[in-house]
Amino acid sequence: MSENNSIGIVSPQTAHFSEPLTLKSGEVLPQFDLVYETYGTLNAAKSNAVLICHALSGNHHVAGKYSADDKYPGWWDNLVGPNKPLDTNKFFVIGVNNLGGCHGSSGPSSIKPRSKKPYGASFPIVTVEDWVNSQSKLLDYLGINRLAAVIGGSLGGMQALQWTIAFPDRIKHALVIASAPNLTAQNMAFNEVARQAIITDPEFYDGNYYAYKTVPRRGLRIARMLGHITYLSDDAMGEKFGRKLKDKIKYSFDVEFEMESYLRYQGDKFAGEFDANTYLRMTRALDYYDPALECGGDLSKVLSNVKAKFLVVSFTSDWRFSPERSREIVKALLDNELTVSYAEVTALHGHDAFLMPDAHYHNILRSYLSKIEFNDVK
Amino acid sequence: MSNNVNITNHGLKYRQDFAIIAGWVDFGSKVLDLGCGDGQLLVYLRDSLEAKGYGVEKDDANWLACLQNGTNVIQMDLEDGLSGFENQSFDTVILSQTLQAMHHTEKIVLEMLRVGREVIVTFPNFGYWRNRLQIFKGNMPVSKTLPYQWYDTPNVHLCTINDFDNFCNNYKISVIERKVITDGNDVSLMPNLLGNLAMYRLRSTE
Repeated sequence: MSENNSIGIVSPQTAHFSEPLTLKSGEVLPQFDLVYETYGTLNAAKSNAVLICHALSGNHHVAGKYSADDKYPGWWDNLVGPNKPLDTNKFFVIGVNNLGGCHGSSGPSSIKPRSKKPYGASFPIVTVEDWVNSQSKLLDYLGINRLAAVIGGSLGGMQALQWTIAFPDRIKHALVIASAPNLTAQNMAFNEVARQAIITDPEFYDGNYYAYKTVPRRGLRIARMLGHITYLSDDAMGEKFGRKLKDKIKYSFDVEFEMESYLRYQGDKFAGEFDANTYLRMTRALDYYDPALECGGDLSKVLSNVKAKFLVVSFTSDWRFSPERSREIVKALLDNELTVSYAEVTALHGHDAFLMPDAHYHNILRSYLSKIEFNDVK
Repeated sequence: MSNNVNITNHGLKYRQDFAIIAGWVDFGSKVLDLGCGDGQLLVYLRDSLEAKGYGVEKDDANWLACLQNGTNVIQMDLEDGLSGFENQSFDTVILSQTLQAMHHTEKIVLEMLRVGREVIVTFPNFGYWRNRLQIFKGNMPVSKTLPYQWYDTPNVHLCTINDFDNFCNNYKISVIERKVITDGNDVSLMPNLLGNLAMYRLRSTE
């Protein structure tokens, strides 16, 4: 990707909300902050806004860099920028850090108002529904009534779906990528192992580790290593590492295979920059999301008031959010005679494929997004 | 059931089979086109009849062309059946010149009758005299409707009009209408010999 279609240097902004937010759990957040970034220009009619919802470990920094020598651009930089599939010459793109996050929005590691101490374990459990509600408040704050589109992969796709259910009149298009209408038992089981790794770490201190000036690094590291295994397919791991050794076999438990080196690197990196309490909450939000539950498991019924048009995309080798699960969403949309296209992209990279710049996949997104029309006269 | 809507040409290459299909589809119908290719038929039905259409296509390039043509398109393999579609959820389900390439021929026709109140199936008539002539001369037929060599053809279940009539009879499928055409012209005399393309409008026999 050449430099001239990068969005360039970006900076985050903070929106403060002093109105209380009642969460799905019944708990109330008396006030909260949301950190967000925007790319491109909001048109006069405020009709060209696209919201990007992040997945488990994502945040508001979707595209661009924070400085000229910033080594890492935003997490979906290959998608968002001038002349990229999500073209910032056309759209006003919003990235937001979800509630409970650890990148500036109110979360367990942020300072609880009037206490000078982090929320820690006292930060409530947040859900996909809560995120979408808080995102709608961000739209109000930005003066945007209706989104041209909401895009999300994985847990982000669940938010895009929830947007169409909760705010049918505020969203024109939903792009639901590598997602599911709820998690399977196996998928939730991975989350439980990840949480157990964190919670049983002696340095977790019931979630109040900030007071002890420590972090449950070991738990977070193992949780991330487990996650990475499930985000890749067997074939992708085989192609990337196979049985490659770093050196000769040493008959030890040190890093001997390339795969181990990769997992440990990813685990260490993550444990150094992500908050364990946030990780626990993000996995719980995944577990709890099940919009069909209120209609006895009938997803078609839940979608009966939806008006948005849909693009649903899955990846053949994604076993954590398999194509079958996307087809359930498509079936429910078809049952409601909604406008929907569904692509099953042949990909090697498993769940991670949704972040990869595969040419066909990006062509799909580019083609779909280029067809989105909006009125730009005030 | 047939309507008399004036079929106009919206900058598309006029195709006789499209026009016949459009004549069998009601205005504003909900249509499912299986193996929809680049979506031209759905575009045609949308522009001429305001049909609400969905296509099913397996091939990546065709799928993308559909999306770019503005048609709804679901990527799936027809051989797996139509389990993603509810019983009787479409007015018309179309399988245009794809039947002969299906492995599970019976399954797909019965699935179409389950999902659609009416079904349109078109296929190249293997009994067409030019095909017979090529076989008589000792070669597998190669023509405009059968443009493949024996070794690279996707066609696995070629049939004649007589064969398909028998099939419908065996499975108690009602033939509402049948049209046979050659080079865009109707064929009424000896259709199994003189007809190149067979078009059937079907429905389940209650």
